[in-house]
Amino acid sequence: MNPIQELHSRFPDIVFTQQKTNDDVPTLWVDRFRVKEVLLYLKSEAEKPYRMLYDLAAIDERARRTPAAQPECDFSVVYHLLSFDRNSDIRLKVPLRGEYPSVSSITDIWENANWYEREVWDQFGINIENHPCMRRILNPPDWVGHPLRKEHPARATEMPGYTLDEDKQQREEEELQVDPESWGLTPRDGVEHMYLNFGPHHIGTHGLLRIILQMSGEQVTDSAVDIGWHHRGAEKMAERQTFHTYIPYTDRIDYLSGCHNNLPYLLTVEKISGIQVPDRAQVIRVLLCELFRLESHLVWFGTFATDVGAMSPVFYTFNDRERVFDIIEAITGGRMHPQWFRIGGVAADLPTGWDGLVRDFLSYFPARIEEYDRMIVRNSIFKQRTKGVGVYTIDSATEWGVTGPNLRSTGLDWDLRKKRPYSSYDQFDFEIPTATEGDCYARTLVRIEEMRQSVRIIEQALNNMPAGLYQSENRLAMPPRKADTMVAIETLINHFLSVSWGQPVPTGEAMVSVEMPKGNSGYHLISDGGNYAYRCHIRTPSFAHLQTIPMLSRGLLVSDLIAILGSLDYVLADVDR
Amino acid sequence: MDLLGLIKELGVIAAIAIAVLLFVLVVVLYLVLKLRWVIARIQSRLGPNRTGPWGVAQTVADALKLFQKEDIIPCGADRWLFTIAPAIVFVPAYLVYVVIPFGEGLTARSLNVGAIYISAISSIGVIGIIVAGWASNNKWSLLGAFRGASQLIAYEVPIILALAAPILITGTLDLDKIVQAQAGGFWRWNIFQGLPMLPLAFLILLIAGLAEINVAPFDIMEAESELVAGFNTEYSGMKFALFFLAEFAASFTLSAIIVTLFLGGYQPPLHVLGAQITAKLFGVIPLFSLISLFWFLFKCWVVVLGIMWIRSTLPRVRMDQLMNLSWKALIPAGLVNLLLTGAYVAFWMAK
Repeated sequence: MNPIQELHSRFPDIVFTQQKTNDDVPTLWVDRFRVKEVLLYLKSEAEKPYRMLYDLAAIDERARRTPAAQPECDFSVVYHLLSFDRNSDIRLKVPLRGEYPSVSSITDIWENANWYEREVWDQFGINIENHPCMRRILNPPDWVGHPLRKEHPARATEMPGYTLDEDKQQREEEELQVDPESWGLTPRDGVEHMYLNFGPHHIGTHGLLRIILQMSGEQVTDSAVDIGWHHRGAEKMAERQTFHTYIPYTDRIDYLSGCHNNLPYLLTVEKISGIQVPDRAQVIRVLLCELFRLESHLVWFGTFATDVGAMSPVFYTFNDRERVFDIIEAITGGRMHPQWFRIGGVAADLPTGWDGLVRDFLSYFPARIEEYDRMIVRNSIFKQRTKGVGVYTIDSATEWGVTGPNLRSTGLDWDLRKKRPYSSYDQFDFEIPTATEGDCYARTLVRIEEMRQSVRIIEQALNNMPAGLYQSENRLAMPPRKADTMVAIETLINHFLSVSWGQPVPTGEAMVSVEMPKGNSGYHLISDGGNYAYRCHIRTPSFAHLQTIPMLSRGLLVSDLIAILGSLDYVLADVDR
Repeated sequence: MDLLGLIKELGVIAAIAIAVLLFVLVVVLYLVLKLRWVIARIQSRLGPNRTGPWGVAQTVADALKLFQKEDIIPCGADRWLFTIAPAIVFVPAYLVYVVIPFGEGLTARSLNVGAIYISAISSIGVIGIIVAGWASNNKWSLLGAFRGASQLIAYEVPIILALAAPILITGTLDLDKIVQAQAGGFWRWNIFQGLPMLPLAFLILLIAGLAEINVAPFDIMEAESELVAGFNTEYSGMKFALFFLAEFAASFTLSAIIVTLFLGGYQPPLHVLGAQITAKLFGVIPLFSLISLFWFLFKCWVVVLGIMWIRSTLPRVRMDQLMNLSWKALIPAGLVNLLLTGAYVAFWMAK
């Protein structure tokens, strides 16, 4: 049954305003006082329920150049739900009026709304009523203003210069003192706890991340995660970069996946613009994406082994990663951040001899996977350290918005490459590896098997690379085709304008998610017809995964916490954006 | 004893002490370098190869660097304990060498309770680790020290149980005599005696010893991916260098103990390769003890190599698993083994 009709018949007294979006996700506007009922219904009462809160974000609606076909409002909050049973999404939007409006918290429905709502307040100043632990999440605690509001400057040059005087430094240092109450950590009666600042600089955190541990001996009784150390305002930057020049920023969201990051962004832009990507470009994209999946998993494997105390594997995997980079470098010219995909295709055709490089790698690499399997995965100490540690069930993973290999380790074969094929993935023959235990070991098994499947996909891309264009001929594709430039003075002017000012993207709204190495990543883009995005929200897998750390590590030892952190495979730039 | 005799005796003690200290330093310098080469090979890297020919001066350069570093004592630390802790760790690692027979007639002091002395002295080091962790006033150090304390209690017992087996078989605590009893070829070494009790004792000693000297897979008190650097988190400069030296000295100490008790000490694997024969062949008497020293060092080197290999291959066990291994596996096995060895000595060897 169509979810919209379903809602109309279930809530005859609520006015649902439907909005058309480019991604065909049913989008409904609901009054802020009634939205919780609707969400609760969709989560628990509806047939084939929408069990996962996939994303929650806000939009500052006050500066649109062209009014959108939607209820009038100053701000809106977007709830994006996902149903595995239906394999479909639904988007609920809540119109809000006023400078600093309020909306009530839905943490009592979905626990993972916690961080998303903190982000909404932090970035927009939208009050969240009845939130259990409201404090800034991405911006520093002493930040003035709410950066994603349209009146907030987007460039440092528009703001007074930054200084760090003694007083300020003192305050920043004091901010790092653990105050358990303000983090929602409540000690049990009669037990004296040790509070440990785990990070922001710690070897086990793989970047700047602070976990406040409430410990009894070595046992972690509770914890709170402090993120935002890598926050660089990627979403704000999207509002000042043209659609084309924003591509390099996306490379750095999940910095281990390089131009795989371009894909969800570009698919969204292409969906709004209505660009068809040529077959060859699609398969080239798949080739690059799978190379980056291998690369990302190799880094994860090496660092995870280091986390559980094995010194050597990180050198082996980084060595192999170097070989992957050699191919990527030959094809794109870049290594970690090639920023190589373009609106409507890729930046250049494959170079002569690329197939030889890939073939050499394919004859070398599968044996290495087996070696890793023998050396670490089947090692009994490794099994002891990871089995039964940090367990997700299908329910808890769904509840917390967990996706990617971490979700598949619980036994649910949710992989967007199969479920919602994009960029010609439906043409490839590969399997979705799953495990059942949902613990650190299961996550390891899933990723190791994913590497084998990636090798298969790369092999098929190598043997069946279609001929044709590497860039769409659509006039909205970027960069514009050089051959069309030197025809007349008008074509030259057009070329010049679209390169220097950026190519406008038609009015529209869409969100396309793809299966990144770490989980489902999606860009929620709104264009108001300009050459800049009106709003770009990035749904990243690591953000959702990191939020589960207190749940996963409660009652375990510090060593287990390290194993959990390593096995989740997050990247902090992906968390903080 | 007259005054002259006393001075002479003190002089000899000092000379021996300095000689042993120098030996330890040289061995450690070499071992650190070798360790880095071997681990580099295992990890498909080149290792140090820039400082001096083949990088041999790398360790010296590192030591000089550590000398120059600022010696930081954190403001909340217990200054006195903080300063003395590295010495408590380092000195026992060095004192053990007093009774080790490096070669024929190359024992600094041959004690008739040598084996007991070793286990007594080598367990002092962990006290230094606990002191360091406590005095640092740092939670990471403290956690490392906690782990060290429980590890000390758990692993002293299996070590002593394992040491007891060869002692029972050879019937002496004197390390010199234990080595002499193993003369005559590798099949006479303790590891091949009293099957299967002594090989098992060897295994227990090796595993418990790895835990005692705190290397992977039992390096839980440093556990750099968990506890930053564990007990030595706050240490810098020369104090850190002492911990570092002690750690490497300890892996040599462990292999020296293993070699002495189980692998025939300075005895050559075959009689023909021994000093007496070589001396007869070439007629060079001073080589007499040097050849046995070579065999001793060579065997130690092989054992250290094994330790390094284990260290760079295996993941780290968890705290509770480490305790379980000792209390539930090593100690029962050690006890049963001791009982069997006793029965063997009483009923079999007596005949």
